[in-house]
Amino acid sequence: MSHESKIIIKDFSFYYASVQALQNTNLNIQPKEIFTVFGPARSGKTTLLKSLNRLTDLVFGTSHTGTIHLDETDIYDPKIDLTHLRRRIGMVFDLPTPLPMSIFDNIAYGPKLSGTNRRNRLNEIVEKALRSAVLWEEVKDRLHTSALRLSGGQQQRLCIARVLALEPEVLLLDEPCSGLDPISTASIEETLFQLKKDYTIILVPHNIQQASRVANRAGFFLNGELVEEGPVYQIFTKPKDKRTEDYVTGRFG
Amino acid sequence: MAALSTIAVMILILFQILREGLPVLHLSFFLESPKEMGREGGIFSTIVGTVALTLVAIAVGAPLGVGTAIFLREYTRESKISRMIRFGTDCLAGVPSIIFGLFGFVFFVIRLNMGWSILSGGLTLAAMILPTVISTAEESIKAIPRSYREVSYSLGGTRWQTVTRVVLPSALPGIFTGILLSVGRSIGETAAVILTAGSSLVMPTSLFSPIRTMSVHFYILAREGISMKMAYGTGAALILFVLIINVMAQWLINRYIRHRT
Repeated sequence: MSHESKIIIKDFSFYYASVQALQNTNLNIQPKEIFTVFGPARSGKTTLLKSLNRLTDLVFGTSHTGTIHLDETDIYDPKIDLTHLRRRIGMVFDLPTPLPMSIFDNIAYGPKLSGTNRRNRLNEIVEKALRSAVLWEEVKDRLHTSALRLSGGQQQRLCIARVLALEPEVLLLDEPCSGLDPISTASIEETLFQLKKDYTIILVPHNIQQASRVANRAGFFLNGELVEEGPVYQIFTKPKDKRTEDYVTGRFG
Repeated sequence: MAALSTIAVMILILFQILREGLPVLHLSFFLESPKEMGREGGIFSTIVGTVALTLVAIAVGAPLGVGTAIFLREYTRESKISRMIRFGTDCLAGVPSIIFGLFGFVFFVIRLNMGWSILSGGLTLAAMILPTVISTAEESIKAIPRSYREVSYSLGGTRWQTVTRVVLPSALPGIFTGILLSVGRSIGETAAVILTAGSSLVMPTSLFSPIRTMSVHFYILAREGISMKMAYGTGAALILFVLIINVMAQWLINRYIRHRT
């Protein structure tokens, strides 16, 4: 790669108590690419994503070895400001998780946490975020109604907008389309294309087709091991590892 | 059958009290202070006493209880300490109210020299309602989806921000219900109140004034045979009060929930 990596994962292993969820992972993520992490259930995909913004801290009894760097920052540095890290690395979860408040307040939640309280500024942030997530036109007339009344697809785009409002550097998307119909999925994928221009995105797709539609590069995980990584076309057409090939061609999974 | 008999008991009680009590309820009954030990006049000073006592109990008990629940749910994992606290509250819940009264009398009234007063009584009641507030608050905090917290943390929220901006607002209806139960219990309590707040019919002037609550008034009127008529009147007023508080609170909770969903 010509430019510096955005995220460098080095010899990273992760454990929930005595259960190993990731083994010796080495992976570099480039700036402004969509990197897709795929594999069967319980292969360590979500753990990888949550290790990147340390949401794994919320689970008791975890441990890790190895390092993860975001630019120059050591993510597991004990002195790191976690809230700052999580603003730099935003995450969207597999199920839409609007908070029980208005659409506006959902988007403004993050900026308000960091002390942005001026109404005008918040209005700008909310509109910009909703436009980036391609949701503005659908909700601009009802910003102050509850976010719980949106459809599933809209809720998920709201969650994306909520993360964008913090202007993160990296977006983690954990099966963002898993509960959605094809039309909503299409609109989210469209959104991802738009976002690629400005953000580094790590995506756990909800199926292989989605990975091949949107991603630049892909990594295949199996039982916590990164089996192989490479450009999407290569992974899906000429995988080097037998296990990847078996999974991609649908022999298991 | 069981459900029916429950309702039947409730209706019987209501019917009995209201049949005897309603005829006494005039505006003057609420607005005049008792005369001649309560034989004549109204119950105004006992209403003031009840409200003051309950306010002190809730003002002290609710923050303590909710704070404990937050601590147990959000700031500690299951550990020796949290199990001890929970065991303690469970024990507290099983203590008869007269024991609370005795404790309040010995500790607040005598030891801390607060005398028979709104403060002594309020603090005693606060201790008494603590288990209810803690367990209902804990239950409703427990019911908040984990995902809300994850979202808040993932957006750069600190623990305190997550608790105050996401967890508590969502748990509020449940917490409120617990506080409401406590209000009912405070209003209805008699034994502990006589021992700690006294039974003075004089209008209170400060937190250190002794008072008589409506329940105590009812008890004394009936027990000492002063006036069954006035006793029933007080009882009916008590029931109406609790009813009105419940209806209003329910309305508030519903409005709040509708507003958020």
